[in-house]
Amino acid sequence: MTAPTVAFSEAQLAEVRRLQGLYPDGRAALLPALHLAQETFGHISLEVEEYVARLFDLTPAHVHEVVTFYTLFFREPKGRHVVAVCHNLSCHLAGAPEIVAHVRRRLGVDVGETTDDGRVTLQSVECLCACEHAPMMQVDDRYELDLTPEKVDRILEGLR
Amino acid sequence: MTATKILTRNFERADSHTLAAYRETGGYAAWQKAETLEPAAITEEVKQSNLRGLGGAGFPTGTKWSFIPKHHAGPVYLVINADEGEPGTFKDRYLLERDPHALIEGMLIAARAIRSATGFVYIRGEYIEPWRRFSAAVKEAYDAGYLGRGFDVVVHRGAGAYICGEETGLISSLEGKKGWPKLKPPFPAIKGAFGAPTIVNNVETICCVPHILTRGAAWFAALGTKTQGGTRMYSVSGRVRRPGVYEASVAITLRALIDDLAGGVTGNGRLKAVVPGGSSAAILRADEIDVTMDVDGLRNAGTMAGSAGVIVMDETVSIPEALMVVARFYAHESCGQCTPCRESTGWIYKMVRRIVEGRGRKDDLDTILDVARRGAGTTICAFYDGAVGPYVSYIEKFRAEFEALIPK
Repeated sequence: MTAPTVAFSEAQLAEVRRLQGLYPDGRAALLPALHLAQETFGHISLEVEEYVARLFDLTPAHVHEVVTFYTLFFREPKGRHVVAVCHNLSCHLAGAPEIVAHVRRRLGVDVGETTDDGRVTLQSVECLCACEHAPMMQVDDRYELDLTPEKVDRILEGLR
Repeated sequence: MTATKILTRNFERADSHTLAAYRETGGYAAWQKAETLEPAAITEEVKQSNLRGLGGAGFPTGTKWSFIPKHHAGPVYLVINADEGEPGTFKDRYLLERDPHALIEGMLIAARAIRSATGFVYIRGEYIEPWRRFSAAVKEAYDAGYLGRGFDVVVHRGAGAYICGEETGLISSLEGKKGWPKLKPPFPAIKGAFGAPTIVNNVETICCVPHILTRGAAWFAALGTKTQGGTRMYSVSGRVRRPGVYEASVAITLRALIDDLAGGVTGNGRLKAVVPGGSSAAILRADEIDVTMDVDGLRNAGTMAGSAGVIVMDETVSIPEALMVVARFYAHESCGQCTPCRESTGWIYKMVRRIVEGRGRKDDLDTILDVARRGAGTTICAFYDGAVGPYVSYIEKFRAEFEALIPK
């Protein structure tokens, strides 16, 4: 195994130890630690998985199994922004397919792809539980509600 | 029937999420009272109130608490399911953002009843703002001395997986694993998180508890039906004039909820169908909505109260297309552990999709019904049964609409 080129800072390592101390079994802090890893390294590569596995005394296979199970973990580099349009029933009834098509046209990418300039990754996702404001989408950590094509344009223009 | 505001009484206040506002409106008085009560007395009060779980299964809450072994020496955990994800449901988002201290106070009381010193709140990973709001409230509660004196709260973020809303899947995920549900028995109350007795309750369920302590079990029980007490928060979306969260008695009818509270049907104005309890609930036709929304009322109507996510469809909505969207969801979210679920959800989605795209085959509908029914009841958790509800009901109740799309 080669020496890791990914590593947390001392402060981040202290945070991981703090998180591990919150649970009766420190391994329960794996999800929070993976969130931290993704914030730090941008995405969770196999190398990051191996690094985190060592911090938790888990096998890389266990960490890989966890990373691949959850939709919020990216295994490939993602855009600087992630636009996730809800396509479940209430949003569908409110025109989600048109919103997805509009975002695809505007960004020039298909669902699951990232723009060439690395600005935006587009996703089409299951219910985000804001159905009273359908159609809606999540842009990074914000919910954008009651979407229209015009509102979508304004939001996309604001993403740098 | 009109709205009854108990859980949502402070939602109009801009500062409703703060400790100051919560205290001003009587917050933490129930906890003060609970501190003087024996654990068993708290559980008994909740039993008498007829509070039933508001996350989906509708199990009597006090009864669940009483399953914790009486003389257990080791730790007992209280786990709050804030992994809201049932399509059509958004009530817990409101509670986390607008009344987080109600959840903390309810947890303190529940923890005393089950003798737990640690509570975990599992919040879905996408809920960033609810997570921030709730975490800030937890900090306030520590600073004020409500937490940290015999009871601690750990806020845990999920990472995107519907199955983690299933209580044993949630426990697996909380333990740092993929969210695979576990075989029952043993039930979590005997062997749950980290191998210890664990109670998993929904956010809204626990938010009811302070009111039961303050105003009494009899008052709470009288708000509802004979077998279920209280109000609940209905998430109403789809083709209605005023989509939103509405709190009302569990005894409200589906018709009153749609017409009186949500402002009636939009689209062409004529109701075609309603999903009454989140996407896993069987669909109801327009002539089936004179039912009460309590657990037993909807069960008797052949569907379920579930998470009380009400999705309204007017006559212009294509039911096959709606089923395609729902089937895509179950195919995507099946965790893959049990073969009947993993295979059937994928195949059924493909079949419904080809019907909608005009490529259906003559025997597709019967094949879907056959596959759906064969798998029901054969899996570790209720996820697949929750998919069978829509598969079977959409097709049985609107079969002609599906048949019209299949080439002769």
